[in-house]
Amino acid sequence: MEKLINDFSLGLFFWQAIILVVIIFLLGKFAWKPIVNALEAREEGIADALAAAENAKRELTNLKADNEKLLAEARLERDAMLKEAREMKDKMIAEAKEEAQTAGAQMIAQAQASIQSEKNAAMADIKNQVSTLSIDIAEKLLKGQLADKQAQEQLVGSLLNDIKLN
Amino acid sequence: MTIPNLVGAGLIVIGAGIGLGKIGGSAMDAIARQPEAAGKIQTAMIIIGALLEGLAFGALILGA
Amino acid sequence: MVTIKKSLHLLTAALFALMPLVSNAETPVVSAHDSLHAVTTETSHETHDSHDTHAEVDPSSREFVQAYTEHHLMDDHYYSFFGNAEEHKHYGFGLPVILIDNGLKVFMSTEDFVYKGTVVENGGQHYKYYHGKIYKTDAAGTISYDEHHHPTNEKPFDISITKNVVGLLLATVLLFLGFTALAKTYKSSPNNLPKGIARALEPLVIYVRDEMARPNIGEKKYKKYMPYLLSVFFLIFLLNLLGLTPLGLNVTGNISITVCLALFTFLYVNFSGNADYWKHIFWMPGVPWPMKIVLAPIEVLGMFTKPFSLLIRLFANITAGHSVVMGLIAVAFVMKQTLTTPGAVGVSFLLTLFLTVLELLVAFLQAFIFTMLSSLFIGSAVEEHDHH
Repeated sequence: MEKLINDFSLGLFFWQAIILVVIIFLLGKFAWKPIVNALEAREEGIADALAAAENAKRELTNLKADNEKLLAEARLERDAMLKEAREMKDKMIAEAKEEAQTAGAQMIAQAQASIQSEKNAAMADIKNQVSTLSIDIAEKLLKGQLADKQAQEQLVGSLLNDIKLN
Repeated sequence: MTIPNLVGAGLIVIGAGIGLGKIGGSAMDAIARQPEAAGKIQTAMIIIGALLEGLAFGALILGA
Repeated sequence: MVTIKKSLHLLTAALFALMPLVSNAETPVVSAHDSLHAVTTETSHETHDSHDTHAEVDPSSREFVQAYTEHHLMDDHYYSFFGNAEEHKHYGFGLPVILIDNGLKVFMSTEDFVYKGTVVENGGQHYKYYHGKIYKTDAAGTISYDEHHHPTNEKPFDISITKNVVGLLLATVLLFLGFTALAKTYKSSPNNLPKGIARALEPLVIYVRDEMARPNIGEKKYKKYMPYLLSVFFLIFLLNLLGLTPLGLNVTGNISITVCLALFTFLYVNFSGNADYWKHIFWMPGVPWPMKIVLAPIEVLGMFTKPFSLLIRLFANITAGHSVVMGLIAVAFVMKQTLTTPGAVGVSFLLTLFLTVLELLVAFLQAFIFTMLSSLFIGSAVEEHDHH
């Protein structure tokens, strides 16, 4: 202990104190502070980056869910549209059919009517012709076979039969 | 160095040796039991060892 | 250019890595020839006890080894790298001597002044160097002694740039270079990776912060003490390492240095102590009052023993390390007769190598312990107690 106290040098102590103060202040200003701050900033940056990555991941999953929802909606819409289109098609076909039917029916009715009228006209024509024919026949009969009463009756009878057939 | 000084120094070293041995042994036990806490145990061990060392050195220097 | 720089780096790294080896390889040569002065003064000191040998320089003698070791451990006013005992010569350089004695007196120390006891006259006052200290004397250089063989001459206040101050300045410059380089890498962005030596420093800074400051002082207050803790850690670590190089420095093994370091810790602890800290010292809460009276002086004593143990620990560890290394180097000379020269050198080399590697660990450990305990003490001073 005595030797230690003897070894103690105030001059060296003095220099050490000065140098230590200088180191603490100058290095504190030019080295420790920027270093410690930079290390802290870096750690914060890393933490932030990790948090951001986590966020991005979460957002991505959210986005995916959204996408799926949208997709499902779109599918539903498409289905609905398809269904509608089909219905419309069916309806249109049905309508077209109906229209065609009615048109056909109308045409048939018209045709029938025209046929009827044609027939009627033809009938009238035939009746006219028959009447002229019968008049001609009657004329001929009257001309040729009026002598024979029996033949006369027979003729009338057959004529009548003929008329009935028409 | 006189004879009593030397004997005293020897006694100090014996005491410090026993102390350090106990610290080290207990630390080894603790690390064996909980290897995952090895770092913390080591730090604590070194600190306690240093305190003991300071005591022993202090005694040695005061006695010398 | 890049390759040149790289190889330069490699070279310096290799030099650093091999330094302990060089130190071991070279110091025996140094110790063979150094310091007649130390031997003569030591033997003259010892004549008092029993020996009557006079200035016989025998490097293999126990006295020589002891004197040499003692001389190495002490501060010096002359930076001697190695010397020749037979020719009484020292190779090194003189350092400025600064004395405060009726004004400032500055002169360069010389080999003669430090090792041969030449009297120096400056400003009408004569000074003589004796046993590491400068005394006022007369023109003839007479020194009177008391009964314990201590000089009774008056001493001027000596603030010379001694060998240790040179070491301190060197360490300061190195710290500045290293850490301003590290700080510069972060200037553009904190994400920059440091290059070169700074790359090795960054993990150490993080280590000091995460292992010492943060857990011991607390997340909120640690930042205020970071400059002190980092400065002390790196200063001690660097000085310890410099002590292992062949520069022959022994800075942290000097009691003045460790006293100063411990004093700073003491001041930091007590100036940052909060009300709780003082209350725990003078009026320990939670114990009956007679115990409080008993505990107060113990706690006050503890206030001083904590830094005291810090300073003693660092001093004793480094001093012991240096002494043992010197002793093992001396094996090469002391055992020369019994082991033959190559055998003695080999044994000495191996033992010293082993011990120097151990000293590398101690160099780090002591810096770690000093900083750790400092932060622990500071932490206990600023801690917020939840009252029991």
